[in-house]
Amino acid sequence: MVEHRRFGNLLPHLILLIGVVIVAFPVYLAIVASTHSDTLISNGQMPLYPGSHGLETYWKTIVSGTGKTTREPVGSMMISSLVMAVGIAVGKIAISIISAYAIVFFSFPFRMTTFWIIFVTLMLPVEVRIFPTYKIASDLHMLDSYSGLVLPLIASATATLLFRQFFMTIPKELVEASKMDGAGPIRFFFDTLLPLSVTNIAALFVILFIYGWNQYLWPLLITTRDDMQTIVIGIKKIIDVKDALTEWSVAMATAVLAMLPPVAIVVLLQRLFVKGLIETEK
Amino acid sequence: MANVALRNVRKAYPNGFEAIKGIEFEVDDGQFCVLVGPSGCGKSTLLRMVAGLETITGGDIDIGGRIVNQVEPADRDIAMVFQNYALYPHMSVYNNMAYGLRNRGMPKAAIGTRVQEAARILELAALLDRKPGQLSGGQRQRVAMGRAIVRQPKVFLFDEPLSNLDAKLRIAMRVEIRKLQRRLNTTSIYVTHDQLEAMTLADVLVVMNGGRVEQIGNPLELYEKPATTFVATFIGAPPMNLMSANDSNIPLPSGAGQAGILGIRPEDFHLANDGSPDGGLAIELTVEAVERVGAETYVYGLRAEKGGATAVSAKPGELPPGEILVRIPGQSAPALGQRIRAVAARDKLHVFSADGRQRIAL
Amino acid sequence: MEHRAIFSGKLLALLLVLPQLAISLIFFYWPAAQALWQSFLVQDAFGLSTEFVWFENYVALLKTPEYYHSVGVTFVFSILVVAFSLAIGLLLAVMANRNIKGVQIYRTFLIVPYAVAPAVASVLFIFMFQPGLGMIARALQRAGIDWNPVLNGTHALTLVVIAAVWNQISYNFLFFLAGLQAIPKSVIEAAAIDGARPWRRFWTIVFPLLSPTTFFLIVVNITYAFFNTLGIIDTATEGGPNAATQTLVYKVFQDGKAGADLGGSAAQSVILMIIVVVLTGIQFRYVEKKVHY
Repeated sequence: MVEHRRFGNLLPHLILLIGVVIVAFPVYLAIVASTHSDTLISNGQMPLYPGSHGLETYWKTIVSGTGKTTREPVGSMMISSLVMAVGIAVGKIAISIISAYAIVFFSFPFRMTTFWIIFVTLMLPVEVRIFPTYKIASDLHMLDSYSGLVLPLIASATATLLFRQFFMTIPKELVEASKMDGAGPIRFFFDTLLPLSVTNIAALFVILFIYGWNQYLWPLLITTRDDMQTIVIGIKKIIDVKDALTEWSVAMATAVLAMLPPVAIVVLLQRLFVKGLIETEK
Repeated sequence: MANVALRNVRKAYPNGFEAIKGIEFEVDDGQFCVLVGPSGCGKSTLLRMVAGLETITGGDIDIGGRIVNQVEPADRDIAMVFQNYALYPHMSVYNNMAYGLRNRGMPKAAIGTRVQEAARILELAALLDRKPGQLSGGQRQRVAMGRAIVRQPKVFLFDEPLSNLDAKLRIAMRVEIRKLQRRLNTTSIYVTHDQLEAMTLADVLVVMNGGRVEQIGNPLELYEKPATTFVATFIGAPPMNLMSANDSNIPLPSGAGQAGILGIRPEDFHLANDGSPDGGLAIELTVEAVERVGAETYVYGLRAEKGGATAVSAKPGELPPGEILVRIPGQSAPALGQRIRAVAARDKLHVFSADGRQRIAL
Repeated sequence: MEHRAIFSGKLLALLLVLPQLAISLIFFYWPAAQALWQSFLVQDAFGLSTEFVWFENYVALLKTPEYYHSVGVTFVFSILVVAFSLAIGLLLAVMANRNIKGVQIYRTFLIVPYAVAPAVASVLFIFMFQPGLGMIARALQRAGIDWNPVLNGTHALTLVVIAAVWNQISYNFLFFLAGLQAIPKSVIEAAAIDGARPWRRFWTIVFPLLSPTTFFLIVVNITYAFFNTLGIIDTATEGGPNAATQTLVYKVFQDGKAGADLGGSAAQSVILMIIVVVLTGIQFRYVEKKVHY
């Protein structure tokens, strides 16, 4: 804004505040709901401020499970989610960085074909190949296993593209100097390339962790046992209780727990997150 | 009447930093005023304050008899040429120039006439359909000028418009800008860090330093009678030689004292074999370096006075202590290591107070 | 791109690309090929034998009213989600782009929805809109609206649209903000000096210069609305009531779970694949041609 109006700053603040309210209100409400008793909530009398049942509700949710349904306590679901998120993030980064390394710094037959094969996977999100992929995973005995949760999702074109783009900006002279110092490809990778890539890797990790943690469709199909489920799909089961009344306090507590790690990462590592987001979409 | 008057104008930032410390001057209708000074002296800030792009903390800015402190840029009837041209990348050259007129509700036909006229003057007629991305630096610069002149504003503001051009183009454009301004007779304020541009373009030259005005006047006035050592060394290239006054063997007025600063321009020296002009200066130098540039020669000499050299300490762009620069026409020059004698007439000497901030008449 | 063949170890290179190629082939291409193959087959009633029928499945699909209904739902859903999330994201970005105090704090809040899983976002809104106990549901009741997403298809669609828009605001906000910051300040100043007030400046200068970002976001948002919203729909409405929220992707999911018509389900997947290819193709072809300032 070029103009300098005395009240000119009021409008942006107003609108941004409204935006923040819209964004924060649902989350706030969930937190509040997780601290009240179910009867209060079901009667529609839940107030806007937190109540006193928080500790009890969270304990129920995470550790002991409730008696109403044969659900797993959320604690083990969070572990599943964690394994999936970290596994996917690490897996994607690992196989993408070495693929990008090979494509940029080596010459081998079908090099460009390899690149295109990887690139085209961008056009095949899980949703369009869901059932055949499931069948293959099932045939490979991957149901209800961590490898089943992680492996089918870790071929990532976006990470490979990001690393490739980044590697192409590495000056040729750096590699040549390294060669003259006697370093082979593996030494170069670990001693030079990897340290240079740390910020990119960190930024990608943030994005991919969130991507992995928030997966819905794939874990839904590949896990049948309650204790292997991730928290994001576990939520559905909690509110899905058709006949019995939903325990909203537990449901909201579960929602809060499901939101906690990704939101915490995004807020605390904001700069990395924004960098990762923008780089991967270029 | 489109004069511009600055009355005790100040600008301070919230953190306390005072960028402009009380500036006062006036530009008459149709005059070309140049603000010149080193980076960070506040010249661009001042220009932007006249434009309305920066707020004014104190004082008044008056355009055409109207105080414009609170007036938005759009309403000040000014036009500005930016350093990076700031053309609208998504619009054709024609539309770039027409934009300002459309915003003011001018009818289409009238816009067409004005734009065509400006395009003719600036030789842009063939480029009207192109977008800025398809133009060279010099062409973009002309479009930026065209955008300003179609508005027929009260004042033109230029913010270092030639800095991004190569040297040759800069010289050519400099002349064009001056010719154009004379023809349109519009009051202009022009910011540059290049003293040569300043000297050649200005009717009124304002030398700024650290948020203050060092001196205002006609360029030649500033050259002949600089008011401070800053102006003395800033205007004129190569810069004036400065040395401590008590080093010389010339009679000084009683007011100067022994702690003053003496200045002589390199071009005001000439080599002589003996003798010294009445009341003028003669220095013995040992030749350190010689630069021949074709039309003239620069001779760098180290002072060979008894007791060693005690010149004023050098700042960036100045010679190191003890070194004097002499500029002689032609190509003949002394050999390296040779002892020479440089003399300057008394009326070419400049004397300043010890802090350099005052000129003392000789 | 000039390729510098710096290292010559062919074997090493192949080993390096092997993991990604393997996963891509096993879990991406092979299933995609299978879906393609299956879309050309028809199974008999007992699932015992299959017959190659060329494009019969596709033709049959395009003749079923349920399929067109899903197309319609997807269409409406996508337009609403894309339009609202872009508009809100843009508005917030424009406001945040002014140098006001506390922008960092606002930004921190505004990026939170991105981190929330679509399914979880859905749950938050289900809670607020739950007839009888949800804050907003009760407010709607008091305002005289008989709010019931379980029975009323329009209400159900509204619910999932709101959840989806909320989820996408952050993404659009961040990219619009980056796009706005890439516009040189001097161009805006020049426009101001040229007599353009803020409103006019926005539509004649800022918005046109923002068009690469806008275009990119439209494509990404459409992809989001088509595919990533499955979690929202599954949690909130399971496609109902009466298929009111059954988007194309959801239909594939439901039909696939039912397992009845393998060929038809596969054909639906292939059609969706084609849509993704087109969308991604547009995205990359366009992103390659970025506007230079």
